[in-house]
Amino acid sequence: MPIVEVNGVDKVYQQGDIEIHALKDIHLSIAPGSFAAIAGPSGSGKTTLLNMIGGLDLPDHGDVIVDGCHFSEMNQSQLAELRLNRIGFVFQSYNLIPVLSAVENVEYVMLLQGVEKVERRERAMAMLDEVGLSEKYHNRPSELSGGQQQRVAVARAIVSNPAIVLADEPTANLDSKTGEGLLKIMAAMNEKRNVTFIFSTHDKMVMDYAHRLVLLRDGMIADDEFK
Amino acid sequence: MELLLAWRNIWRNPRRTVIIMIAVIIGIWTMIALTSLMRGMVNDMFENGISTLTGDIKLYASGYHNDPSIEYRIDDPNSVMSEIAKALPYDSKYAARVRVNAIASNARHSIGLTLVGIDPDKEAGVSFIGNGVVGGRMISEDDNNAIVIGQALLEKFETRIGHKLILMSQDSQNEIASRAFKIVGVYRAKLQSTEKQYVFASKHSAQKMLGIGNGVSEISIVINDHEKYEQTAQNIRAILKNSDIEVYTWKDLLPMLKAYMEIFDGFVVLWYLVVFVAMAFGIVNTMLMAVFERMREFGLLKALGMKPSLILRSVLIESGIILIMGVIAGNLLAFGSVMMVAATGIDLSALASGFEYVGMSSAIYPEILLNDVLLANVVVLVLGLAVSTYPAVKASRITPVEAMAHT
Repeated sequence: MPIVEVNGVDKVYQQGDIEIHALKDIHLSIAPGSFAAIAGPSGSGKTTLLNMIGGLDLPDHGDVIVDGCHFSEMNQSQLAELRLNRIGFVFQSYNLIPVLSAVENVEYVMLLQGVEKVERRERAMAMLDEVGLSEKYHNRPSELSGGQQQRVAVARAIVSNPAIVLADEPTANLDSKTGEGLLKIMAAMNEKRNVTFIFSTHDKMVMDYAHRLVLLRDGMIADDEFK
Repeated sequence: MELLLAWRNIWRNPRRTVIIMIAVIIGIWTMIALTSLMRGMVNDMFENGISTLTGDIKLYASGYHNDPSIEYRIDDPNSVMSEIAKALPYDSKYAARVRVNAIASNARHSIGLTLVGIDPDKEAGVSFIGNGVVGGRMISEDDNNAIVIGQALLEKFETRIGHKLILMSQDSQNEIASRAFKIVGVYRAKLQSTEKQYVFASKHSAQKMLGIGNGVSEISIVINDHEKYEQTAQNIRAILKNSDIEVYTWKDLLPMLKAYMEIFDGFVVLWYLVVFVAMAFGIVNTMLMAVFERMREFGLLKALGMKPSLILRSVLIESGIILIMGVIAGNLLAFGSVMMVAATGIDLSALASGFEYVGMSSAIYPEILLNDVLLANVVVLVLGLAVSTYPAVKASRITPVEAMAHT
């Protein structure tokens, strides 16, 4: 049974008088434990599709099913609950909370989940150890490099034991060496924890790492390659 | 962790936080300090009203209140007092007085005033005259022709202690009674008008002059705890229901003061709301700025699965912390500034003649009431949180996609 199903999804944005068809009749099925990349040129609809899979945005037509949950049947509160417990996010610009330290940023999701304080701290530290930031628990984002911040973001995405992690151009702001280091961490987590990773990217290195490459063009799937 | 996050968030932009806090501090300070000043003025008016021969409760012979003539008098005040003694709180004081309109004259001047016959020993704690003599001596119970007059009257009559004053009034037979009194003392009152209005002789000599035996015009009662006056008056009325004596409270005798005090309580609420409205604009504006600056962050929190209600709560917690800090500092400032002037009072003697029209002294002693402080704090905290709801709702309603696009 797929972990993600996208069935006939359309999305149209209105910009003034102009209608922009961001996604057109998308059908996509992703198996659990996948390490998949959605690639394509700017404006092809990668981020929009990722937002749909993450429940951050809803399609005009069609349905998205994640971990058996039909988004078309869920309200905003239920979607928030699903995101909290089953979906992790990694953003291009890290999006850490600037007033919290690395360990507190990782803890925060667990706070929302209602995990006990001691357990939160232990799991957050263990996760930071796993991404190689054991020396940086108490540093704030401004005291970390871009690569370190993105590793904190990955730790935050993984620590809540999600079914899928959605990473929107995670390496776009990193140099190639740092980007590759990050990809190795995510690949290891995919293997070790069987967490599904879905990237939106136009980074060749990410496409190379991915086990599946979905190519979008003008809001439609142009190619879907399993490696 | 929520509190920690809120605490750190409010210090992300210390200048902005300090600006809101200053608005709250000034608001609370003006609310409490100015109200305590006005409370002091009202209390002063009340104390002046009570101590200027009114008391908390007054007993008159039936008819005297409408026609204050010697014809309507209490003939046996001692038996009245022994009858009502059990209705009085233990710390009550009372004084029986003869009170009659009179004309005072000397070789140069004459004036209409009120002659009051008193038991000097009984007046301490009941009216201002008990401790008001500042020159010469107080009259004694046995004095036959001694009189104490106000400083202002002494100056107006261009006379001095030891000189005589002729007092003329109508006696119990409706005949003119006239007598020469020797000025033995001078009193000071808070109001100059009081000093010109009343002259005091011994009760015994006034009774003799008016031919009223042991009769008195009034019995004035002062209760240490002023709040008990209404219940005490009711108890006295119950005891005296079959007599021809009427019982009045200060509210019956000083209706203007009563009305002023009632209006003042409403004015305090109005004043708090006016100050708050001015403060609210600052709070809403600044909180909106803080929220708009962090829209991306709110979007992230929503993406992570934070529900809108939790975002609303987190913004309200931040507002609450700023409000609480501002309220604490504002209270300290208000208490400090009131305490600085409470001992010495604020001297407004330059405006004294104007103040006398409303029965106020030339010095104001601010007084902080717990209820006023609580009301000010509740207004700022509750309404402050209420107006912060607007920016908080803005933050909670933004969608993650909109927020992520926010720069």
